[in-house]
Amino acid sequence: MDDIDRHIINTLQAGFPVCDAPYQQVAMQLGLTEQALIERLQTLLNNGTLTRFGPLYHAELMGGALTLAAVKTPLDRLAEVTEIINAFPEVAHNYARNHALNMWFVIATETPEEISRTLTAIEQQTGLTVVNMPKINEYFVGLKLEA
Amino acid sequence: MMTLDETDLAIIRATQAGLPLTPEPYQCVAEQLGLTTEVVMTRMTAMQEQGIIRRIGAVPNHYKLGYHFNGMTVWNIPDDVIDKLGEKVGQLEFVSHCYHRPRHLPEWPYNLFAMVHGKTREDVDQQIQQIARVLGDANLGCDVLYSTKILKKTGFRSRS
Repeated sequence: MDDIDRHIINTLQAGFPVCDAPYQQVAMQLGLTEQALIERLQTLLNNGTLTRFGPLYHAELMGGALTLAAVKTPLDRLAEVTEIINAFPEVAHNYARNHALNMWFVIATETPEEISRTLTAIEQQTGLTVVNMPKINEYFVGLKLEA
Repeated sequence: MMTLDETDLAIIRATQAGLPLTPEPYQCVAEQLGLTTEVVMTRMTAMQEQGIIRRIGAVPNHYKLGYHFNGMTVWNIPDDVIDKLGEKVGQLEFVSHCYHRPRHLPEWPYNLFAMVHGKTREDVDQQIQQIARVLGDANLGCDVLYSTKILKKTGFRSRS
């Protein structure tokens, strides 16, 4: 990743226009050709520097539901529990964290009812208590990591 | 809740994995769906205005940018001041997500969650101190949970 890539990432975290030739518009701001911008974005996606490029949808406003949940997994069952939890298509992210509650995952579903159904199924299949921490209020969501 | 019609849903399904990397990406989506470019752009602009699209942009992999310390900071804040303080914490430039979530007493007393990202442990320590300064006396206890491993990471997917 060079300074041009950094400039692209920093600029495109803020947003991308809706117009006929948006890459052309952004490329001009960045002092690049349209083709160079597209090629660099493709490379940044291919090598995993960017995990996504495109619209980010607000699940709850689309009628969907999200929650954050955690389990306390015995250390000798980490692999097994990870496999069970990750097998649920409703589980969007799962992170190991350094706490007694050592596995934290986000459940995303199309309806609120599916959240509780998924939580119950995870409890049944893992035999662990799932601590459900749904959002009560959102104060900020945004990525602003300087590349 | 916003009402999305079939056209909106088709656009969401066609773009949730990403925007095409072609000179005219909205035209490309329109062709896939049998719509005009105008309709796709109008609908996407409207969804942005309604907040259904939070933004169109790039999502970097924290680790690839050198942010190896991703801490979920959690705080125990009196309920009557959490909204005021949560807004302030959310405005700190290094906080990427900030939420009020329920306590689970006795083992989980924390109700304010703020995600912070640093290239070194020291960066994150300083960020935590800054949050603590914003919270002042309202901070009744805190903890920091670092992610030690990404076990799964996919975006939200509409399956309908």
